[in-house]
Amino acid sequence: MILSPKKSKRTKSGKAWYKFSRNPLSVVGLVIVLFVIFSALLAPWVTPYPAHSGKYVNYEEANLSPSAHHLFGTDVFGRDVFTRTIYAFRSSLIMGIVVLAIVVPIGVTLGLLAGYFKETWIDVLIMRITDIFLSVPPLILALAITSVLKPNLTNAMLAVSVMWWPWYTRLVYGMATSLRNEYFVQSAELLGASKFHVLFKEILPNCLSTILTKMTLDMGWVILIGASLSFVGLGEQAPKAALGSMVADGAKYLPEYWWISVFPGLAIMLIVLGFNLLGDGISDLFSMEEA
Amino acid sequence: MNFSRFLARRLGYSIFVLIGLSIVVFIIARMVPGDPARAALGPRASQEAVDKLRDKLHLDESLVVQYAYWIKSVFQGDLGESLLTRRPVIEDIKEFLPATLELALFSGLFMAFFGILLGILSARHSNTWIDNLIRIFAYIGIATPAFVVAIILLLVFGMYYQVFPTIGRLSQWVDAPTKITGLITLDSLLTGNLTAFFDALKHLMLPAFSLALGGMFQEARITRSSMLENSKKDYVSAARSYGIPERTVIFKYLFKPSIIPTVSILGLDFASLMGNAFLVELLFNWPGISRYGINVMLRKDVDAIIAVIMVLGIVFTLINIIVDIIVAYLDPRIRLVERGD
Repeated sequence: MILSPKKSKRTKSGKAWYKFSRNPLSVVGLVIVLFVIFSALLAPWVTPYPAHSGKYVNYEEANLSPSAHHLFGTDVFGRDVFTRTIYAFRSSLIMGIVVLAIVVPIGVTLGLLAGYFKETWIDVLIMRITDIFLSVPPLILALAITSVLKPNLTNAMLAVSVMWWPWYTRLVYGMATSLRNEYFVQSAELLGASKFHVLFKEILPNCLSTILTKMTLDMGWVILIGASLSFVGLGEQAPKAALGSMVADGAKYLPEYWWISVFPGLAIMLIVLGFNLLGDGISDLFSMEEA
Repeated sequence: MNFSRFLARRLGYSIFVLIGLSIVVFIIARMVPGDPARAALGPRASQEAVDKLRDKLHLDESLVVQYAYWIKSVFQGDLGESLLTRRPVIEDIKEFLPATLELALFSGLFMAFFGILLGILSARHSNTWIDNLIRIFAYIGIATPAFVVAIILLLVFGMYYQVFPTIGRLSQWVDAPTKITGLITLDSLLTGNLTAFFDALKHLMLPAFSLALGGMFQEARITRSSMLENSKKDYVSAARSYGIPERTVIFKYLFKPSIIPTVSILGLDFASLMGNAFLVELLFNWPGISRYGINVMLRKDVDAIIAVIMVLGIVFTLINIIVDIIVAYLDPRIRLVERGD
């Protein structure tokens, strides 16, 4: 059986890669993620019609169904959907990376502080604000923030960041509250270590594997929420290619020109699937190390 | 059992959180670059109209004062006027909210029912082809955004096979039932209008399934793993060794403790469901509060944006309270902990 998850647990020794590669699904995830990253980086060289990524009109080739010349067909302006999908990986990945780069340091620091100073005003303040941000589905507030600002990729990233940090705060808070009672933390405190040292040198390293796993999974989810914003026109603006807006534009021409929206839609699925599988693989890897 | 105290504390906390949310939303609404009144009325509005709106929103006062005025009018039942529909926002909410509630209710039911069913199925046949098949579908289903599911369902079942209608809540030739609750399925049952009931049900199918799919597989995965975990426990082996039929073991002994994590995660899945409703309602032309929400957002209709988010925040909070109550009912330990406090 290809999908037996038990198999991977048998190997206790060996290199990380060996363990990781025991689960074929994790390898599939890694391959998808590498494919997305490299095709985004090399888009001008791997796509057949790089000019189609932006402003380009050729009505003679409009709405062609998928063929050898146009793998995913062409859109209403005669642009190659495959080329645009690959180019759209770029803004998707930028979205994921920038949002996590903003959100993780903020969320993790707040979680460490609140967890370490549990049952003080710091804990109450941070965690109550966290609860407020978690009290409404993130997409809804992100939509609202982007809509009142100018709709573009930067503001979309900002809006998603505003909604995303509480997840890291809550995650790290739980770990920090239990870790602060561990002997190694207490002995560091007894030796007179500074609060900064205790938080970032003693507690944080023990949270890293969980944080890293969540980050991998979140890459997919942030890209998805970014695609949702661009679907309603609140992300990357035309003529630049973005997966969500491509799906939305194509939806107007269903069912005749289905390829215009279905292929970018499947591309979003592929990215999220890739990061989910990779995240599961990384999580298995860490839980095996602890076992 | 001190259930009322549990509930009172839960409600009290929710009210605190909602007040916090209203502050956050209010600040967001005032973040409009430039003059919010000008942004709302558009470049062609007269200066007089803009000044009037500025005055009405107290835009010349400090943010705190503006918030105080706003919250006061909210408690007087005045949510402002929508610039999109030119009606009081409260009227819009009354008109559009039931459609979204109906949609969310049905996709929540799909999510829970099929999720638990698939979960039991893969736990019962763990590590067979059935389990593996469900697992593969789960990976794909969880990763597919609701709006992409919606487009595929629209194409296949709405347009190619034309099994289900793709637009709105009722067919044009069907008389809508008298409005009682606003949920067409419920109203048509109450008035005995079966034609409308089945027509409304058909209209619900595609959008409700699009919204349910991701969460459904999430529920299935969680039900599966908690079923398998519980089935290793002694009391289950004991039941089996007494010769109790497998079906009874599963549904009588394993089911209740095993769906606790499934139910708790339902609250989270509702978050993505309600967020995704914004896109799915757009695709199916569903006259709900989410479609209205998108339209007012694109129009920078400040009062309406605040109202929509607050109403959805309240709905989401209520759903989570209901989820907590169900979990407390299912898990006696949680009730006992509350009593111990």
